[in-house]
Amino acid sequence: MGLVKMQKSLQDYTKSLFLEGILDSQFLQLQQLQDESNPDFVSQVVTLFFQDSDRILNDLSLSLDQQVVDFKKVDPHVHQLKGSSSSIGAQRVKNACVVFRNFCEQQNIEACHRWLQQVKQEYYLVKNRLETLFKLEQQIVASGGMIVAFEPGF
Amino acid sequence: MEVCNCIEPQWPADELLMKYQYISDFFIAIAYFSIPLELIYFVKKSAVFPYRWVLVQFGAFIVLCGATHLINLWTFTTHSRTVALVMTTAKVLTAVVSCATALMLVHIIPDLLSVKTREMFLKNKAAELDREMGLIRTQEETGRHVRMLTHEIRSTLDRHTILKTTLVELGRTLALEECALWMPTRTGLELQLSYTLRHQHPVEYTVPIQLPVINQVFGTSRAVKISPNSPVARLRPVSGKYMLGEVVAVRVPLLHLSNFQINDWPELTTKRYALMVLMLPSDSARQWHVHELELVEVVADQVAVALSHAAILEESMRARDLLMEQNVALDLARREAETAIRARNDFLAVMNHEMRTPMHAIIALSSLLQETELTPEQRLMVETILKSSNLLATLMNDVLDLSRLEDGSLQLELGTFNLHTLFREVLNLIKPIAVVKKLPITLNLAPDLPEFVVGDEKRLTQIILNIVGNAVKFSKQGSIYVTALVTKSGTRSPDFFVVPTGSHFYLRVKVKDSGAGINPQDIPKLFTKFAQTQSLATRSSGGSGLGLAISKRFVNLMEGNIWIESDGLGKGCMAIFDVKLGISEQSNESKQSGIPKVPATPQHANFTGLKVLVMDENGVSRMVTKGLLVHLGCEVTTVSSSEECLRVVSHEHKVVFMDICLPGVENYQISLRIHEKFTKQRHQRPLLVALTGNTDKSTKDKCMSFGLDGVLLKPVSLDNMRDVLSDLLEHRVLYEAM
Repeated sequence: MGLVKMQKSLQDYTKSLFLEGILDSQFLQLQQLQDESNPDFVSQVVTLFFQDSDRILNDLSLSLDQQVVDFKKVDPHVHQLKGSSSSIGAQRVKNACVVFRNFCEQQNIEACHRWLQQVKQEYYLVKNRLETLFKLEQQIVASGGMIVAFEPGF
Repeated sequence: MEVCNCIEPQWPADELLMKYQYISDFFIAIAYFSIPLELIYFVKKSAVFPYRWVLVQFGAFIVLCGATHLINLWTFTTHSRTVALVMTTAKVLTAVVSCATALMLVHIIPDLLSVKTREMFLKNKAAELDREMGLIRTQEETGRHVRMLTHEIRSTLDRHTILKTTLVELGRTLALEECALWMPTRTGLELQLSYTLRHQHPVEYTVPIQLPVINQVFGTSRAVKISPNSPVARLRPVSGKYMLGEVVAVRVPLLHLSNFQINDWPELTTKRYALMVLMLPSDSARQWHVHELELVEVVADQVAVALSHAAILEESMRARDLLMEQNVALDLARREAETAIRARNDFLAVMNHEMRTPMHAIIALSSLLQETELTPEQRLMVETILKSSNLLATLMNDVLDLSRLEDGSLQLELGTFNLHTLFREVLNLIKPIAVVKKLPITLNLAPDLPEFVVGDEKRLTQIILNIVGNAVKFSKQGSIYVTALVTKSGTRSPDFFVVPTGSHFYLRVKVKDSGAGINPQDIPKLFTKFAQTQSLATRSSGGSGLGLAISKRFVNLMEGNIWIESDGLGKGCMAIFDVKLGISEQSNESKQSGIPKVPATPQHANFTGLKVLVMDENGVSRMVTKGLLVHLGCEVTTVSSSEECLRVVSHEHKVVFMDICLPGVENYQISLRIHEKFTKQRHQRPLLVALTGNTDKSTKDKCMSFGLDGVLLKPVSLDNMRDVLSDLLEHRVLYEAM
């Protein structure tokens, strides 16, 4: 499709991510930090986030599947995930982590399992969406266009 | 003449004597021979005989005596020399043995006698022991009875059961005919028969308490024997019995709760006693034994204790019931109060709107009317309407404000404003009235009074207006001085300390007038709502008396204090108040203009090449922070642990950003260690900033106490970071407000 159209659909897509609350303004900050000296900043950060989070979620699943759950080990993982997700602006993941952490403190194993699933869901959602976003960007760049910084109109 | 079948020799005439001698000797010999045999026989039979040697000796003695006498038989007639020899030998031997025996008996007989005395002694002892045994057994019995009685008595807390049980058990234990308990009446002048064991008695059978026998019993704690004919003992129906059994009476102290001090035992100076009377069965010739009396005394004591327990319990139950009633009543009252408050709030909320709307309409339209063409009378009328409605509007606002203040729902509306201008405006408002009353007002602002402050402008205006207005209202002549200054210490009330913190100060305003003055006794009343001093002169000046109360509330909200000093009636008075205001950062430096300073730091100018260190365990947020700082032009080194941070940090780094994520204390240790590292080169130490997810007061305090120079809320925005860095480098300290 045409470059303009692609750019428009990128804008719309990004906008939808914000409207759905999947991303928040922190993501915008990240985009602001991307410039000529640092052209791939956002994708680098996001890739790192994906790697980290995959690892953490794995560890969390293992920890929670133990016979006797050691909440002292689970808590730091959740904290890490919360920190990472808030750094890149993955709002829903962060919120889910907060709730998860609460249940961790209460040592409510059943709720923890449930919310782990919730966190995973949100994470896969944001991962999916971001990957789509990057694909769109790559398409635009490949067609010779420039990525215009997203201005939230709200 | 006796016939004897002894040997019959030819006897001479005095042969009769010889014959008798002969016979006697013979019998003696037999006896002498048989005694030892008997002795031996019986001693052999008995097991205990300590003197066998004596026996032998004695036996020998007797045998020899017997032999002697036997041989004597042959010496009556002429006998041969052999017989004489034998006789002599026997006699000699007998002499020896008998002397020996005599000597020996001297030793032995006392011994034998003492055995007898010992036997006597032992018998006495045995008898005594028997007696004592009997006594102990009876005591043991008594003890058992007492224990059982006590157990029975103390197993219940019901007064009647206690007393009834006592009487029953006592009756059973001591096999009494009758047992009775006399209790003092309410008046304390009589004893009333309350309980008896067997016999029914007429109701209300009383006996005056001042009888000598009763006094005697009450005077001692022991059981006292009394006459069966005394009035307290005359309970049994007279049925022709001859001998009434003995009667014993004992007092039972009735202890009250007030007798029990926490630390002492109750003193037995209580006046109230009950009387317990015990009667033995008639015609039984039984006497009261000591142990029975002791039993009775012990029981009386136990009964006293049990009764007092029961009394205490009754009282505490009563108290508890009373408390429960009160509780219910209080609950009800509280709920009613709550309903009332809610009703009032609802009313106010409605009235607030309902009243203000017409009010506004009246004021607005009257003002508009004022602008039109009016005849002088009409103008006067409109002005009066306007004035009255303004007054009414103020009154309504006051009332509504006050009720909101009392609810605690009033919040200060903070904003930045010009303090100097505020004073001038207030005085401008008052000046017209003051001029009319010919009261010059002087304003004196201290030179160090900040110009731009942070606070609730509207309410502060209200307070100053109220105070100054009062000063004008209540002064007939003289002048009014208004002074405003910054106060540092020593206000009137000793528990109110002024602690100027960095960005706050206390404004003190003093308004002195030379008016009617106030009676010092009335000063406390001034700040209560709706109360006004009674002076007639002031009556005419209107006002609802709410002004000072509201001002006080506002002053309190601003963490201040307000009071009035007066030297007395006619000597004027001075109203003083302190309020806490914030100093506005901006433009206090630039006093000439009120334009807020624009942050003039260009994008990257200050930060190029600025060496910073970022410590964060989380890879993603580390990268993000690094990206931020790189974008601002800094040279960023990243570390992921506090050990690495310590290793890497050097004087080249100007700022260290550390992520304080977990709530433990360990994270803050890094700050201390960095301080340690740079103790020698204080000025080269990099600034330490904490990045954290929550900036509540406790986190900030902790950071301060661990020597951090600043706290930042994550996630940090670009602009935020820019501002922060510039502030940091300028002031070397930053605490971001939440």
